[in-house]
Amino acid sequence: MDFLTLLQILDTTVRLATPLLFACLAGLYSERAGIFDIGLEGKMLAAAFFSAAIASVSGSVWIGLLAGIGASLALSIVHGLASITFRGNQLISGVAINFLASGLTVLIAQDWFQQGGRTPSLGSEARFNEIELPFVDAFANIPWFGLIYSELISGHSILVYVALLAVPLTWYILFRTRFGLRLRAVGENPAAVDTAGISVIWLRYLAVAICGILCGLAGAYLATSLQAGFVREMSSGRGFIALAALIFAKWRPWYALFSCLLFGFFQALSFRPDVVKAVTQVEIPGQLLDALPYILTVVILAGFVGKAIPPRAGGEPYVKER
Amino acid sequence: MDVMPKWADAFLIPLFSILLAFVISALVILAIGEDPIAALKLMIEGTFGRSEGFGYMLFFATNYMFTGLAVAVAFHARLFNIGGEGQATLGGLGVALVCLSVPWPHWTLALPFALLGGALFGAAWAIIPAYLQAKRGSHIVITTIMFNFISSALMVYLLVEVLKPEGSMDPTSARFVDGTNLPRLSDILGFFGIPFSSAAPVNISFFIALLACYLIWLLIWRTRLGYEIRAYGQSESAASYAGISPTRIIMIAMIISGALAGCMAINSVMAAERLVLNSVEGAGFIGIAVALMGRSHPFGIVLAALLFGFLVQGGAEIDFWTSIPRELVVVIQALVILFTGALDNMVRMPLERLFLMFRRKKPEGS
Repeated sequence: MDFLTLLQILDTTVRLATPLLFACLAGLYSERAGIFDIGLEGKMLAAAFFSAAIASVSGSVWIGLLAGIGASLALSIVHGLASITFRGNQLISGVAINFLASGLTVLIAQDWFQQGGRTPSLGSEARFNEIELPFVDAFANIPWFGLIYSELISGHSILVYVALLAVPLTWYILFRTRFGLRLRAVGENPAAVDTAGISVIWLRYLAVAICGILCGLAGAYLATSLQAGFVREMSSGRGFIALAALIFAKWRPWYALFSCLLFGFFQALSFRPDVVKAVTQVEIPGQLLDALPYILTVVILAGFVGKAIPPRAGGEPYVKER
Repeated sequence: MDVMPKWADAFLIPLFSILLAFVISALVILAIGEDPIAALKLMIEGTFGRSEGFGYMLFFATNYMFTGLAVAVAFHARLFNIGGEGQATLGGLGVALVCLSVPWPHWTLALPFALLGGALFGAAWAIIPAYLQAKRGSHIVITTIMFNFISSALMVYLLVEVLKPEGSMDPTSARFVDGTNLPRLSDILGFFGIPFSSAAPVNISFFIALLACYLIWLLIWRTRLGYEIRAYGQSESAASYAGISPTRIIMIAMIISGALAGCMAINSVMAAERLVLNSVEGAGFIGIAVALMGRSHPFGIVLAALLFGFLVQGGAEIDFWTSIPRELVVVIQALVILFTGALDNMVRMPLERLFLMFRRKKPEGS
């Protein structure tokens, strides 16, 4: 395997890791605030559809992005209502949201576009195009780095860079601001936050809303950047891989980046079975590579490779007084 | 403490929740410019107008009874088994292996072994998440979701690389021998001289599913083990104080749950006479809606399974005749899960207030 092939695989890794990273950070905010969210998948899917649909109708990818975020936020509010206001089961709510998105996207797509549950292909106006970073030509003559810069670092859509920037930002918000401290506290011990005179309900809704926005970005990236348009079930389990990455990262932002890159790398490898075979000298079935993130998560959850301990109040609705 | 009488809790709340789900579904149909009344009519005609449609409804309901029971047994132990889909997939593998390994002379021989194979494989797929929950404290919801994905990858691999007959292009197993063909409802009814469409795949498994419902009712409410499962589900600390081992209950509840989901395959896989990709077709997930709607009671599960059988068959019908795609059923399923499961309190709180109001008006001592 030559250097260029490696760079190409890493480039694909970054592309495929981006939606995982958005969704993983989305889950991070929600679960750190004590709201389990297995509806990441559904929110991504809804956002993917609405961003592609509105972008194709309006011709502007930015309006599409807003629509995608709006759709995802709407589902977040449903999740918030169920799990915060009505103190229902957060897991069941997440399952419901996944099916709601899966059914509604096809239903509406069929009604709007009559193309068997997909949107029309998006032109370059209605997509996030790859942007060339400055100095590509200047660096081109530098050995190794020039190639890395032009192939791997430059030439992604703007959302890829947004996702990468969201990691330090999330770290800063969670661990260096007052809001972050409260957010983490509400996921560990909501009664303490309540005693300090801060609204648990408000904080949790805020966390769920941030989760919605980030899932919206993930979905919009899928439909308007990674691919040109929406097809049914296009999130194809990424919300669950993101959940796996979140557990793998033990609910920490920087680790989330690395686990998403790792899982993105597995996905990129399953596109290049020839490379895998050349490197390992054995025929590894592509299905094994597909399943690897899930298998790894089970291994991590089993506590054989470090123990993943979720936020203590996760999944528990907060009742002010008994 | 009880604000509402038992009947209201058991019937009124699910009824209101389902009504809400249906009203919103009707609004969705209106929003895409179709007539919900006409759609409902079409669904009813397509299901009850012909015995073939009715047979399909019973066929689907058979699947949902098994998966609904699977989710319900786990619910009684306060375990949320989302892995019904994967367990049923593996159950399909078990049934297919049994059917393919022996040249069965007659279905009466094949069925018990197929049932055993499905149950064993389904249970095996549930054991690992159960063990991890009981011993390592990893959350069963996440592990069962992961096992769903692992099972589908495994099934693609097995069908493409192992089970596919030489020279075939489709990722399906070889056809089962004729000795595994289960008697269809038309055969059974024909024996009594009642005509029924032989095109519908509903078969003897329907009665096995009903029997399973009865047996699970016996297990949960009439046996010591059922009592222990319910006690553990109500309060883990009280149960362990009473000497009930949490590990044992988690393992047993999940084994029964997985086995039930696996048993679904005698209906879906044996009727298809071969193992195909995605033989479960979401029945594992519909089981969640069925169990929630049926309040984890076998009788409720039979009713809910029949309702979902109707919805899926009716959904196929409107998919065929109108521009409403069959995904409408997924939307209804999602709304049923949402209202009967997650937004339960939204329906419950106003109803409780209503009952309290009437109670206050009554004179003292009544």
